[in-house]
Amino acid sequence: MCLAVPGKILKILDDDPVMPQGQVSFGGILKSVNLAYVPKARPGDYVIVHVGFAISILDEQEAQNILATLEGPQSEESAL
Amino acid sequence: MKYVDEFRDSETVRKFSEAIQGIQTKPWTLMEVCGGQTHSIVKYGIQELLPQELTLLHGPGCPVCVTPAHLIDKAIAIAGLKDVIFCTFGDMLRVPGSQGDLSSVKAQGGDVRIVYSPMDVLELAKENPEKQVVFFAIGFETTAPANAMAVYQARQEGLDNVSFLVSQVTVPPALRSILDSSSTRVEAFLAAGHVCTIMGYKEYEPIAKEYKVPIVVTGFEPVDILQGIYMCVKQLEEGRAEVENQYSRSVKKEGNLPAQKIMQSVFEIVPRTWRGVGEIPASGLGLRPEYAQFDAERRFDMELPIFEESSECISGLVLQGIKKPDQCSAFGNQCTPEFPLGATMVSSEGACAAYYRYQKAQT
Repeated sequence: MCLAVPGKILKILDDDPVMPQGQVSFGGILKSVNLAYVPKARPGDYVIVHVGFAISILDEQEAQNILATLEGPQSEESAL
Repeated sequence: MKYVDEFRDSETVRKFSEAIQGIQTKPWTLMEVCGGQTHSIVKYGIQELLPQELTLLHGPGCPVCVTPAHLIDKAIAIAGLKDVIFCTFGDMLRVPGSQGDLSSVKAQGGDVRIVYSPMDVLELAKENPEKQVVFFAIGFETTAPANAMAVYQARQEGLDNVSFLVSQVTVPPALRSILDSSSTRVEAFLAAGHVCTIMGYKEYEPIAKEYKVPIVVTGFEPVDILQGIYMCVKQLEEGRAEVENQYSRSVKKEGNLPAQKIMQSVFEIVPRTWRGVGEIPASGLGLRPEYAQFDAERRFDMELPIFEESSECISGLVLQGIKKPDQCSAFGNQCTPEFPLGATMVSSEGACAAYYRYQKAQT
């Protein structure tokens, strides 16, 4: 149910401030996606999409960090 | 970077698998919270890559599985009414209520439709002004903003023929409920990456501290899951219990604020009954009074009898990580995806369905 998949924004179809829509490519399959929850998203960004809504813009630097190191990112502050 | 293949790379997977073997000195028991993670773990055979003394328990994070039978009964009753178009996510169609499922209503001529997005429901309502359009709004925090937006827009557009049968649940109260149980074996959690994409992870910090359990916000690809496990084991071995974020390419500490804002304007916190688990206080979301006109339970006010659940099905114990699917005597014989006794055998993210599908494939 919480399945959400990454896709690349190809273009902004409608920049209505309440219901912005973008065309998103999922490995070549194109779908119209609601961008209301990622107001800073621009063409070329990869977003995580769940039931027709983009819920985050993927951060390439963070992704590289994970792949590059075994340690991965640590928590910003100790919870103890 | 395409954010898929890189996180399925076998060399990186091997590195993390070896790293876990290298740091683990004691037996540990971890729970992955989300059904999507359970699916990945079983699909990619991740348990085979872990030390024998490392046990993975499968958690309650499958909204289809925890939607109570009496609410499914209500959905079935509403869907069977004349002049109703009943809309649902596909997973929900074959989940058994007390007597039957939504697909049987469809087979008997009921207008039951699968939608991809809650927003599709608004279009259906506009195209069918003479019908009542009802959406089964289930899900965890990941889905709540999408469902909230549909409710919000329905009010903005003054649609009076659409309503929502809401069964929204939230993760943190369920974690507390699992940790409060005397039979719990969970020593660390892989928290659900997409739930935290919406909510962030501040609300997990008091849980990690109070119960002294490491919590690692984790993604869904094999590399993500192995790294999440690695980070949990490292904390356990070092005697730490903190919240860490493995899925940082999507999750920010504060979460998605515009999404939280709409959620909070449409929904309020309510107690919810979790199928197989029971009522958990403050563990769900319900429509706020100002959106009560869109509440399908009010619009279709009906009293239905409450039935006892099948005693053969142990899905409640599976959802709490107390039993594994293949420890059930009905697993694979009386209970299969074609003839499920419980919801965990229906949803692709249910632990029983994942075991059935991929264990068959491996033998």
